[in-house]
Amino acid sequence: MLEIKNLHVKLEEEEKQILKGVDLTVEAGKVHAIMGPNGSGKSTLSYVLSGRDGYEVTEGSATLEGEDLLEMEPEERAAAGVFLAFQYPVEIPGVGNMTFLRTAVNAQRKARGEDELSAADFLKEVRAKAKSLKIDADMLKRPVNVGFSGGEKKRNEILQMAMLEPKMCILDETDSGLDVDAMKLVAEGVNALRDEGRGFLVITHYQRLLDHIKPDVVHIMADGRIVKTGGPELALEVENNGYADILAEVN
Amino acid sequence: MALPEVKQTATEARLATLTMPEAGCTRAAREDALARVLEMGLPGRRDEYWKYTRPDTLISAEQPHAALFHSDEPLLFGNLDRLKIVFIDGVFSAEDSDDLELEGVNIDRIEDICCKDIHWAKELYGVLESRGQSPVQRPLAALNTAFAADGVAIHVTGKPTKPISLIYRHASETSDAMLHHIIRVESGAEVTVLENGPAASRFNKCIEIDIADGGTLHHVRAQGRDHERRAATHMFTRLGQESVYKSFTLTVNGILTRNEQVIELTGDDAIAHVAGACVGDGDFHHDDTVFVTHDAVNCESRQVFKKVLRNGATGVFQGKILVKEGAQKTDGYQISQSLLLDDDSQFLAKPELEIYADDVACSHGSTSGAIDETALFYLRSRGVSVKDATNMLTLAFLAEAVDEIEDEELAEAIVNRLEGWLSRHI
Ligand SMILES: Nc1ncnc2c1ncn2[C@@H]1O[C@H](COP(=O)(O)OP(=O)(O)O)[C@@H](O)[C@H]1O
Ligand SMILES: [Mg+2]
Repeated sequence: MLEIKNLHVKLEEEEKQILKGVDLTVEAGKVHAIMGPNGSGKSTLSYVLSGRDGYEVTEGSATLEGEDLLEMEPEERAAAGVFLAFQYPVEIPGVGNMTFLRTAVNAQRKARGEDELSAADFLKEVRAKAKSLKIDADMLKRPVNVGFSGGEKKRNEILQMAMLEPKMCILDETDSGLDVDAMKLVAEGVNALRDEGRGFLVITHYQRLLDHIKPDVVHIMADGRIVKTGGPELALEVENNGYADILAEVN
Repeated sequence: MALPEVKQTATEARLATLTMPEAGCTRAAREDALARVLEMGLPGRRDEYWKYTRPDTLISAEQPHAALFHSDEPLLFGNLDRLKIVFIDGVFSAEDSDDLELEGVNIDRIEDICCKDIHWAKELYGVLESRGQSPVQRPLAALNTAFAADGVAIHVTGKPTKPISLIYRHASETSDAMLHHIIRVESGAEVTVLENGPAASRFNKCIEIDIADGGTLHHVRAQGRDHERRAATHMFTRLGQESVYKSFTLTVNGILTRNEQVIELTGDDAIAHVAGACVGDGDFHHDDTVFVTHDAVNCESRQVFKKVLRNGATGVFQGKILVKEGAQKTDGYQISQSLLLDDDSQFLAKPELEIYADDVACSHGSTSGAIDETALFYLRSRGVSVKDATNMLTLAFLAEAVDEIEDEELAEAIVNRLEGWLSRHI
């Protein structure tokens, strides 16, 4: 589904190479996890895949179902099925959460040549999905992420994901800043979306999220590269011994 | 003191093009106003109060030209139940207006206030304008008092069930119009006054509003979008005890607009809110000049002005809160912000506080910024196009000003107008 080959990325403004040849393939129906020390380039990878400005791809490719992602605008990538749950969800004063969700859902449907969702159908769907994430009516009415707690912001990301039903879900440290209960809610939200046609790339620091969202494959990223790939046991190894051993072994 | 020669010449040239209406009982007020004009002279480029806005075309003897704007957008406030009073190029049109009959309010043309012997009107015409000439001179308002050929006197004694809607149509490409309205809201009475339309190629409009104790006036205005039109408007408002004045203005294009609001809180516990949202493109120049005087205890004033500027448009905000001695417990708030959609546009702001009482809470802030790139990316990453995302963020920026409109139906009409502009321009 998602194929990343030899991806090299530098900052647009500075001569700073961040990704130094990332190779990664996520198959439909699978959950891949990426772990790695701070600053290794995990968020950068997620931003480059979703089309944020400020980065320059100097080599390599990234495709979704064979389509070149790097040539597309962010909204085209979204319509093609890419979704990024942000490490730091953005606050947008003055834009209602509900309006935002509906605009996004309908924009994607339109881009795919589908009919817009009627107001009633949309409302029904959003209410049901919000309920399972324990997002109340008040949070739906408020401006996007404004005044939301850390946990509320992350649940709001998952709600957007549930509404948009993307093919390729990228979650960037969705567990950070969450207490155990909130993490379970988020994990349930993600698990509810697991499906044969959908791929997941879960970026996390900690094993604990992976107790709830069971990965098929675990990658370790360091200094802009995937340095080791293995099964779920790799996450346990990191949990127990930290990154030092793995990094030493690779070098 | 003699005027500088340039000013003297310009003033004389302009006056030579004008004829004072006969209108009997306003005649004295008009003569007085003319004397003020002669003494002050019309605004010039060197005047401090006109530092950011060039008054040349507002005072020129030649009539500026402005092409008419045609659009198939539905009429603003079109579906609203309202009492329509129509002026075409500054002249009242009985044919296009509704019957001026409405429970709780008396409406007359200014020229009729004499024959009908309407006392309050004689006591208001030119009075607030004249008071408003100090400490800052507003010669265009005095010019208006002297020469305005038409306008209405609105006497609100109850709570009319529908808004009074002043509609200003622009029909001739060289029209040069002056209107002067006066409004008296009696104790406990409440009214909504709407204004919309481009009015004329060049428009000078003055409204004097006197709100008695416990009276309320809501004002929502949308200034027309004929691209080349010019307007200088003044609203002089005096508030009695526990009275309320809430005014909102939307300005969409127009080559030059100067809107002055002069507000005097003279009774305790009065509330005055003035807000404005404007969106401008190209050689658009928009100036909000506000002067709020607190002269009573425990009054609240709010100024909320937001400007969206692109393609070299200019926005100006001059806002002052003056708290007089003894005006304790004053709550004064002022915010002016611009959203610059490119590097060519500019926002010039001069916020001022002058306080002579010790127990007051006043704050003011002014900012200028571009679209928040992070927010834009967030929206786009959810599939929203750049255009739609920019529109959403632009409307969100304007929301604080639009939220000042209390009536939901009116607010919606204004938001629709803004959306229309955005879809045409962004
Ligand atoms: N916009 C940026 N400006 C400057 N440095 C950046 C920027 N984005 C990323 N970096 C740098 O790139 C490296 C990788 O960052 P990031 O992708 O956030 O890592 P991770 O998510 O793995 O912690 C870090 O050294 C970070 O400081
Ligand atoms: Mg990160």
